[in-house]
Order: sequence, then structure tokens, then C-alpha cells
Amino acid sequence: MVEFGTTVDPAISDRVLALDDALGAAPLTGLLERVPTYRSLMLHYDPLVLDRETLAARVRSLAAGATARAATPTLWTLPCCYDAPHGEDIVQVADRAGLSPDAVVSTHAGATYRVYMYGFAPGFAYLGGLADVLAVPRRQSPRPPHPRNAVMIGGGLAAVATVPMPTGWYVLGATPARLYAPERDPSFFVGAGDQIRFEPVDAATFDALTAREAAGEAVARRGEARR
Amino acid sequence: MSILAIEAAGPGVTLQDGGRHGYLRFGITAAGPMDPLMHASANRAAGNPLDATAIEVSTGGITVGAAGGPLGLALLAPGFRVALDGAALPEAVALTLEPGQILAVRAGDAGSWGYLAVSGRLDVAPVLGSNATHTRSALGGFDGRGLAAGDRLPVADGRAGDGAPHRLVVPWLARDARTIRVVPGPQDDYFAPDQIAAFLDGPWTVSPRGDRMACFLDGEPLKHARGHDIVSDGVAMGAIQVPGNGLPIVLMADRQSTGGYPKIATVIGPDIGRIAQLRGGTSLTFQKVTVAEAVAARRIERDALREPVAREPVVRTDFASDFLLGLNLVGGVTDGAG
Repeated sequence: MVEFGTTVDPAISDRVLALDDALGAAPLTGLLERVPTYRSLMLHYDPLVLDRETLAARVRSLAAGATARAATPTLWTLPCCYDAPHGEDIVQVADRAGLSPDAVVSTHAGATYRVYMYGFAPGFAYLGGLADVLAVPRRQSPRPPHPRNAVMIGGGLAAVATVPMPTGWYVLGATPARLYAPERDPSFFVGAGDQIRFEPVDAATFDALTAREAAGEAVARRGEARR
Repeated sequence: MSILAIEAAGPGVTLQDGGRHGYLRFGITAAGPMDPLMHASANRAAGNPLDATAIEVSTGGITVGAAGGPLGLALLAPGFRVALDGAALPEAVALTLEPGQILAVRAGDAGSWGYLAVSGRLDVAPVLGSNATHTRSALGGFDGRGLAAGDRLPVADGRAGDGAPHRLVVPWLARDARTIRVVPGPQDDYFAPDQIAAFLDGPWTVSPRGDRMACFLDGEPLKHARGHDIVSDGVAMGAIQVPGNGLPIVLMADRQSTGGYPKIATVIGPDIGRIAQLRGGTSLTFQKVTVAEAVAARRIERDALREPVAREPVVRTDFASDFLLGLNLVGGVTDGAG
């Protein structure tokens, strides 16, 4: 575990991802998995192949040199349907935030989000950049499983969640884009450090885009993120 | 092609290989066997690669038959009861299952997980490069779920084995599990020294509500020095989280990939299977070891798995009527470890 801090902070996340990039660019035999999170990089290695001291020395030297990401992150635009039946919890969020439902949608769709990490479940992407007015606490007890590819908020964060699970978050909508599709190559296309914007679409457009995505077309649009 | 036919399977019986590696950064947990040493040993005895796909048998038990031809099987099910056409067999056994014969594996007085390896290759399409089953996300294995009566598993490159059942001589079949070795951290600094000592000394009692995701421990609650929330980071298999109630949770094969509670220590790889095999109500303590000691233990385990598994002939015993009664699938389940 390589820890860079104890808080959620884009600068700390940049250092995590810079080390992740550097280790990815020059793979070490025996280094099995790299798991970037908000504030740390977890490294899984086979200690019978890769000596801990060798790994630690490499990490120290790379972490000292890699303070900014080498690659420019991608900005993904994901269509998102906030209308019924997808925006299941918008009214609840509007009540708790003291906003109109339309204001919840425009506020959520008006922001650019940073993908901090995946965790919790397959393809569950934690996003930073949520407007403060939408920072409602998570539920005390979980709601029934969210639908596939749910666009959610909770506890000051946003998320896209691919696999239905009971959740303490609030479902604002759904995207026809599948961030995670095990049969597709690549199975994932959004990486930690990338940015996401949500583009409101109506339910009919959502259905049409879902059909196109199912046929193998990518409905998420890519662009270059602002640093 | 021969078929391994599932005649009956209790809850929690799944296909597992060495695990789904390389996708943790996308939230995909490796899954894989709860007792990696026993899983690898069963594959070794079956003549398969150590990380080959095998059936992980829960305390729910399983009954299998062969179709299309004989199948060579190796079963390592410590504490379980095993019978071939009603005749009792050892808990560690290699045998040839002929079409028409029935092999039954049922929970016994101890042990939570057994491994049934087929000589050859269970021909199931991998997902993300693996046959490991992660039932919570319906990923991998047999249609993303546990095995059930009526499932038929094709066996490619099958080998029939030696014929008569042989006892497998596996020195680590009965492992001491009262003391589980741990390496401190990564968040042991969230606990005062007296709480670290209290954690190590326990004693802790394994809760019956454990499953493939976690082993819950009951005992005197630990106190946090710096709160019980951290900003989420990655969790390894064997990581021991201490949530707000102060009771440790050992994260196992189907754990979430990240977690937001401080992790006081991590169970070393070779002891993962020991704790996985414990039934609810069992008592244990923890022993602190260095990383070097943990690596040495892993090396011993790797070297042991390089040796062929010795076998000796089984003298068939007559079956007892209470054993036959125990073949009732539900009646065979005596504890809720699965």
C-alpha cells in the first residue's frame, strides 16, 4: 500500500495516478495488480518472484519523479436520461437539497466530474466534482437494487454503477453507455483520472442509444480533458 | 466428451479457479478459492495445473455422477463425509467415477470448504479470463451462479484415473487453526498499543454469519484511537477491517475491492485457508509475524505443492445407516458457514 495522504483531493489523486502510470509504463515481473484509490496505490505482488525491498525501492524512485500524470486524461460525454422511469430518486434529492427537480438535473448535468477510482462492485466508478448543493448524505439504510448503469449521488460524491446492487446512494438517472461489459474488448474504457460529463437525453433517445450500445456501438463520446 | 453431472448441490457450491486477476483496479474482485492451499492440492492430486477450475463444495454438499465415460476425480474435503454409491470414503480421496456411480460429499463435524477436481479440464467459457465465480455480481463460473441439480459440466481432455479409490496423503489436511498469523497494518496506527495487544490476544469467536465475502469475529470490541472511518482504499484478501462496532471482519475471496474502515492487520496468505475452514463458534487468536516470516511461510507452501501427492489404497468400509440418513441433502447441513 503506497499512501499519499488521507483525504479526497485531486492533487493527491494525481500523485497516485502518476505513480500508477509510471509503474504501468515499466512493468516489474511479479507485480500483479495496481489498484489506484483516492489517496493510495495498492500493489499486489508475488513476494516469491518480486522481493519487497526491490519493489519498495522502485516505488520510492518513481514516486519522487512522477508528481504529474504523463498522459492527458480523456473527457467522456455520457448520455444520461433523468426522466421517468430512470430518475427514480430525483424528487427525494430535490426535497432534501431544497431545489426543484429541474434544478437537480441542471446542476448535476452542469458539472465536470473526475473519476477518482473504481471500487465496491464491478465497474462502480466514484466521481468527484459534485456541486455542494447536491451533497446530500447517503441513506441510513440501503434502497432496493439500482438498475444497470445507474447515475447516482451520495455523501458528496457522484457515481456510475453498472451492476445492480442495493445502495445507500440516490439514483438520478441512467446512461445507455456501459462502462463495464465483460464480453467487450476492452471490458472497461473509462480509466481512473478521466473526466465525465453527463448529457441529458429523453427516454426515447435513451432507448435508441441503449439499442445501439447493445449492437456494439459506443455511445459515449470521447474528447480531451482540461487539466 | 465426458460430463460431470450435478445430481444435487446445496447453496454456495461454485466453480473456482486460481482467481480473476488484473481487474481489481476496475472493481472486479479476484474471487477464487476460500482455501487456496486445499484447492491447489486437489488440482495437484488430479494432475491439473494448480490454478485449474475445480468445484468448491460448501457445507451445503454436493452429489455428482459421470456421463459419457469415466472421470478421474480428486477430492479434498477436510472434515466432510464422502461416499461412493453409499460406501464411505476418506475425506481426501482420488477415484474413478464410472457412469452410473454416485459420489456424495456432505458436511461433517468440521470444515467449511472442500475441493473436487476433475482430471482434465472443466470446459466452461471464462469471463474476463477466469472461471472463478463471484455470485454477488453474477460473474464467471457456471452462468454466474452456484451449481445446481441438473447442471452438466463438460470435461475436456479427461483422464479416467487409477480405478479403485485411493486415500490422498496430504500432510496439511488437518492444520492448526487456533492461531492465525497476521502482518500488522496497513492502518494499525488507528489503534493504541493496548488495543493492538487486545486484538492479537482475543480470544475471538468465529460468527456463524460468515460467507465467501467475510469472516466475522465476535469478542470484546476494540476501541479506535482516531475514529473508524478512513477514505476508502484497496483491500487485500485477509485484510482485517474494524468497523464502528469494534468487531473485526476478515475480508475473504468475494470481498469488495475497496473499503472505508481501518485495517488493523492482514492474515498472511498461507493462513487464509485455515481461517476459512473454521465453523461458527470456533475460537481463535492472532499472532503477529514479520513480512519476512510471512514470505518464508509462503515459500514452504509453494515448495510443498511441487511434490506429488502420495496415495494409498482404501479398504472399503461398510456404510452405517446413520451415514445413509446423512445423505439427505438438507440433513447434511449442520452449520451455517456457507
